[in-house]
Amino acid sequence: MNIEDLHQIARIEKSKQEGFQHQIHVCVAAGCLSCGSGQLKEALEKEIARRGLDTWCRVKGVGCLGLCTAGPLLSLETAGIFYQGVKVSDVSDILEALGGAPVERLICPVNSAFFRRQVRIVLENCGRIDPERIEEYMAESGYGGLALAVSQMSPTEVIEEVSRSGLRGRGGAGFPTGLKWTSVAKASGLTKFVICNADEGDPGAFMDRSVLESDPHRVIEGMAIAGYATGASQGYIYVRAEYPLAVKRVRLALFQAERMGVLGNNIFNTSFSFNIKVRLGAGAFVCGEETALIASIEGRMGRPRPRPPFPAEFGLWEHPTLINNVETFANVPPLIRKGGRWFAGLGTEKSKGTKVFALAGKIMNTGLIEVPMGTSLRDIVFDIGGGIPRGKEFKAVQTGGPSGGCIPGQFLDMPVDYDSLAKVGSIMGSGGMIVMDESSCMVDVARFFMEFCMSESCGKCAPCRVGTRQIYDILCRITGNLSGPDDLAMLEDLCDLMKSTSLCGLGQSAPNPVLTTLRYFRDDYLSHIHDKRCLAGACKAAREVA
Amino acid sequence: MKDQGAPPEASVQVSSKSVEDRRLRLVNRTMQLYRNEAHALIETLHAVQESFGYLEEDVLKYVARTLRVPLSRVYAVATFYHSFSLKPPGEHTCVICMGTACYIGGSGAILDALREGEGIVSGETTSDGKVSLLVARCLGSCGLAPAGVFDGEVTGKLDSEHVLERIGRWRGHEH
Repeated sequence: MNIEDLHQIARIEKSKQEGFQHQIHVCVAAGCLSCGSGQLKEALEKEIARRGLDTWCRVKGVGCLGLCTAGPLLSLETAGIFYQGVKVSDVSDILEALGGAPVERLICPVNSAFFRRQVRIVLENCGRIDPERIEEYMAESGYGGLALAVSQMSPTEVIEEVSRSGLRGRGGAGFPTGLKWTSVAKASGLTKFVICNADEGDPGAFMDRSVLESDPHRVIEGMAIAGYATGASQGYIYVRAEYPLAVKRVRLALFQAERMGVLGNNIFNTSFSFNIKVRLGAGAFVCGEETALIASIEGRMGRPRPRPPFPAEFGLWEHPTLINNVETFANVPPLIRKGGRWFAGLGTEKSKGTKVFALAGKIMNTGLIEVPMGTSLRDIVFDIGGGIPRGKEFKAVQTGGPSGGCIPGQFLDMPVDYDSLAKVGSIMGSGGMIVMDESSCMVDVARFFMEFCMSESCGKCAPCRVGTRQIYDILCRITGNLSGPDDLAMLEDLCDLMKSTSLCGLGQSAPNPVLTTLRYFRDDYLSHIHDKRCLAGACKAAREVA
Repeated sequence: MKDQGAPPEASVQVSSKSVEDRRLRLVNRTMQLYRNEAHALIETLHAVQESFGYLEEDVLKYVARTLRVPLSRVYAVATFYHSFSLKPPGEHTCVICMGTACYIGGSGAILDALREGEGIVSGETTSDGKVSLLVARCLGSCGLAPAGVFDGEVTGKLDSEHVLERIGRWRGHEH
């Protein structure tokens, strides 16, 4: 394959698509599939064939359309119409309305804030292309970034472009990507590896899954560009076994990419060679930590080890290794195509580009969104998210999963970027955003996350192994109204101890949900301790059990 | 009702040699794909779990021998990761998601109802060997909270009644 071939495939695919007057896109990502979009797609195909419309109308399975709460969703690309909550019985109405007035009762308002306020870079192809066909990705300039990088740029120039963009790691910690790539490129050794961390373990986060299900080639292209820039020729995608559809689509995408020659030897007739293998996780949250992830790929228990040495020098099988998150890699192809300066034009001073969030919890519009960094929490929750259902009162928004914190209403006007979130005691995390209303007890929420960290602690270091258990026990006592007067002080001491002495990120950040709820929702704790009463009325069950 | 039926182990132990061989085929293929190298351990255990339904002790010994990995390490890996199970599963599996969105949406109450209604907690199988209950950390179907998986089929917007009804149907009694 050379660059001419790539353009040729894109041209053929484009003209093929233009041959259809109507294209019906049916969301076949996990959310809509579980509301029956698979049967819907089949019914549409059958009915179109029966009516003999198949020469000018086509049904296409696409990735996530975003508004998961209104599934199954479908979109009519040419007319710019979205239909929501579509059932098999709606099929004939939809087909009859093609070209005429749309079916009123199914219309999903596309001019609402949910769609209007988004800026899509990572998700630009989500819901527009068929994730199971490489040609469609190529028709949207796919693999153009890789072609440009290997044929016209030196590895150093690629890294410079990434540094110029200001892209920071989307896995949560926000380490500058250009800096990471530089240290792997500079590390000595002939064998190097690139790993894509798709072990999305945060409960309440489904961004990476959606990207892999909706646009897997984007991640593959990003990894290949990273391989070229750092001098690696082998990549691994470490993906959760709990995401069977994502695994299937990534495997298919790899097969297609190899067959087309955009992976393998002498990519685009250069001396650059790159291959990718899939490795399945096996249900261990701690494997999202990079050294634990490496241990897991090596076939061992996923336990972290002290750093330094960092994986950039001493990683997979003791070779220099670059580890980035799915979303980080997904940002790379457009960044190379359009230039680092373009990317840096979006976002805030220290957090560039956009961020994908998974909005869930007590919110009207549950789903997947992508907004520029620096968008305020209020805009995300009340404008894009549509506010809290059933007239309830907003209480908190939780970001960063078990490593993050609960942010109260007083910070709603804060811009969402790495540094602002850190200032209030939370973290960006991978992008899960759970909204809670007045019916949630924050002590119970803290207990929920601590239970998670306790069972996911790998047990290697004592502060985390013992600390999570002790904090969990205290929180159980508090929610069960059995706590004593010293428990709060003990809780604070333990959190402080764990934060400063745990070996890896899991233990160091596990106290965050407790610390932020102690700081902003102290009344919830005090009411349980002194009045033996749950302010939110959520902890009845806990008292009965205790 | 609950005391009827053979214990779930029995059906697996009586499997004849020829059935065993067929089930080992996927396992052998996985190990060969990685040229029997030790780092194939987790992938191989996935294959064992897929074809046997759980990690059978004899098969673990066989895997340890073939990959030349100490049995202690095979056991360590098998017990470290949540995806692997050393116990045979029930005829049907019900997974309830306990991710944050599902917990906020009330999946805790569903588990309470199952404990009271069917007498099982996460990781257990009903005494008639019909239904295993598991808890997932997050299915990533947060838009459908609370969500669950019934024999591989993801179902959203669950409530206790719906779940009890489904499990009751599997166990052959009405609620």
